Amino acid sequence: MFDNKVIMMLLEGIRDTLYMTLVSTAIAYVFGLPLGILLKVTSADGLKPNKIIYRALDLISNVVRSIPFLILLILLIPFTRLLVGKSYGSTATIVPLVVCAAPYIARMVESSLNEVDPGVIEAAKSMGATNFQIVTKVMLVEARTSLIIGATITTGNILGYSAMSGTVGGGGLGDIAVRYGYYRWETGIMIITVILLIILFQIIQNLGMKIAGNMDKRK
Amino acid sequence: MSSEIIVKNLYKSFTTKDNQVDALRDINLVVDSGDIYGIIGMSGAGKSTLVRCLNFLEKPTSGEVWVEDKNLADLSEAELRAARRNISMIFQGFNLLMQKTVLDNVCFPLELAGVRKNQASAKARELLETVGLLEKANAYPSQLSGGQQQRVAIARALASDPKILLCDEATSALDPQTTASILSLLKEINEKMNITIVIITHQMSVVQEICNKVAIIENGEIVENGYVADIFSHPKSNAAKELILRGNSDSDHTVSLLNESRKIRIVFSENSSFEPVVANMVLKFNTPVNILRADTRNVGGTAKGDMILGLPEDENLQEDLIAYLKERGLAVEEVTGDV
Ligand SMILES: Nc1ncnc2c1ncn2[C@@H]1O[C@H](COP(=O)(O)OP(=O)(O)OP(=O)(O)O)[C@@H](O)[C@H]1O
Ligand SMILES: [Mg+2]
Repeated sequence: MFDNKVIMMLLEGIRDTLYMTLVSTAIAYVFGLPLGILLKVTSADGLKPNKIIYRALDLISNVVRSIPFLILLILLIPFTRLLVGKSYGSTATIVPLVVCAAPYIARMVESSLNEVDPGVIEAAKSMGATNFQIVTKVMLVEARTSLIIGATITTGNILGYSAMSGTVGGGGLGDIAVRYGYYRWETGIMIITVILLIILFQIIQNLGMKIAGNMDKRK
Repeated sequence: MSSEIIVKNLYKSFTTKDNQVDALRDINLVVDSGDIYGIIGMSGAGKSTLVRCLNFLEKPTSGEVWVEDKNLADLSEAELRAARRNISMIFQGFNLLMQKTVLDNVCFPLELAGVRKNQASAKARELLETVGLLEKANAYPSQLSGGQQQRVAIARALASDPKILLCDEATSALDPQTTASILSLLKEINEKMNITIVIITHQMSVVQEICNKVAIIENGEIVENGYVADIFSHPKSNAAKELILRGNSDSDHTVSLLNESRKIRIVFSENSSFEPVVANMVLKFNTPVNILRADTRNVGGTAKGDMILGLPEDENLQEDLIAYLKERGLAVEEVTGDV
């Protein structure tokens, strides 16, 4: 059962899964990080409280997060086609992964920034810092450990969702697991893909936590 | 002598969901160049609110704040930020950047102002030297004691060459010995660098130690202000009398007390009040001690005195308590017979 063809397929599966996961996480952060900062800045105790902006962002992020991923994936098919020209395969899967992850990231970033000691922000204000400086030089720096932990958790989640997208032809290890395990009853290959997913997940977790720990100077 | 800070008819109220708090009412205050001005009051009196109005971290509801002949209300956001570089601030919680080294913390105000990196770090080193922490330049704040962290905060506050230093309960988180050393550092800064200092505190001992003027604030109003010496010798308001009394509350009490197995006399000769030492000891060892007699005097603004303690029966505990007191630089001697 493990001829070269299968091994090649599994290697390609790993490659596609990593590609989907990492690219989705990166793009999701491009949207999620500024949104999270905006949530924090416009919140009632933020640097520039703004009820309207905060409520709007809050609503959007809650609505998107309450839609189950598989449904989101199907709902987004026309949009995905518009962006990448097709609705299946790894690249196409990146679209719903980003849409799903960005609001989570925004929330995660907001809560990391909430952990920053308000006293330190006040100190920066008393030194004449601009709001932009407070965000970039105080909040993001002081919250970096928590932000990296958040990114690690997010990457792990996206890895899981990317596997889920396999059920509708999303490519990667999840796709292989579904095609062989579910449609062809080749349990062996399915188990291998699951083990590979677990290993990938562990690597991401350990790496992220290690980086976060090394960067934390509070202890 | 010119006035650094003038506060005129300042009011500040906060509107919360269900009510309005008048935190400050009709505050008038003049701080002259070179002053070490104490603002003292009980918790919730409005001290922090007042000091935060002096650099407009809090905008007054009405009234004026003039700093160096500029009405802060007239300044644009950018001008206000520039003015704040002249008015540094230190805090009870130190508020250092925990993810940056000591050196980078001190450089931080300069970095914000766009000063070049090597220029900033030369200046920061100089200031760390002044506060006696140059050897900790590459340490992180979490590796320092509270007193050391406050020294770093002071160095950081001085980095922008301010004219005024605002201190909000800067020593409240510190033990008496460390408090004394921070206060003498502040005094030195005041004299050598000619920086006007405003000190917020709830401890009369802090005012006695270094302030030349004081304002007593109660329920959002200044009830009395003037030279420290005058207020100490002729307190008019009840609040002033109470604070002075409380500061010296241990003078000449003779308490007859239970059957202690051992009595000791501790002599206090450093510049600080001994009350927190005893309180801290009680907390640390989780054991009560009886204060049988206590006597403090203020000699030229310095607290001197002695106290007689009745120790609990456990002999090992007695030795631990005595060792603890000796560690804190107090002279301890045995007392026999009646107190
Ligand atoms: N942002 C705020 N919103 C509502 N009320 C506030 C706010 N800040 C302060 N207050 C209220 O104003 C009053 C004065 O508070 P402030 O912090 O100035 O007191 P304080 O003298 O510094 O007390 P402490 O010694 O405990 O620090 C208090 O009643 C407090 O509850
Ligand atoms: Mg306060």
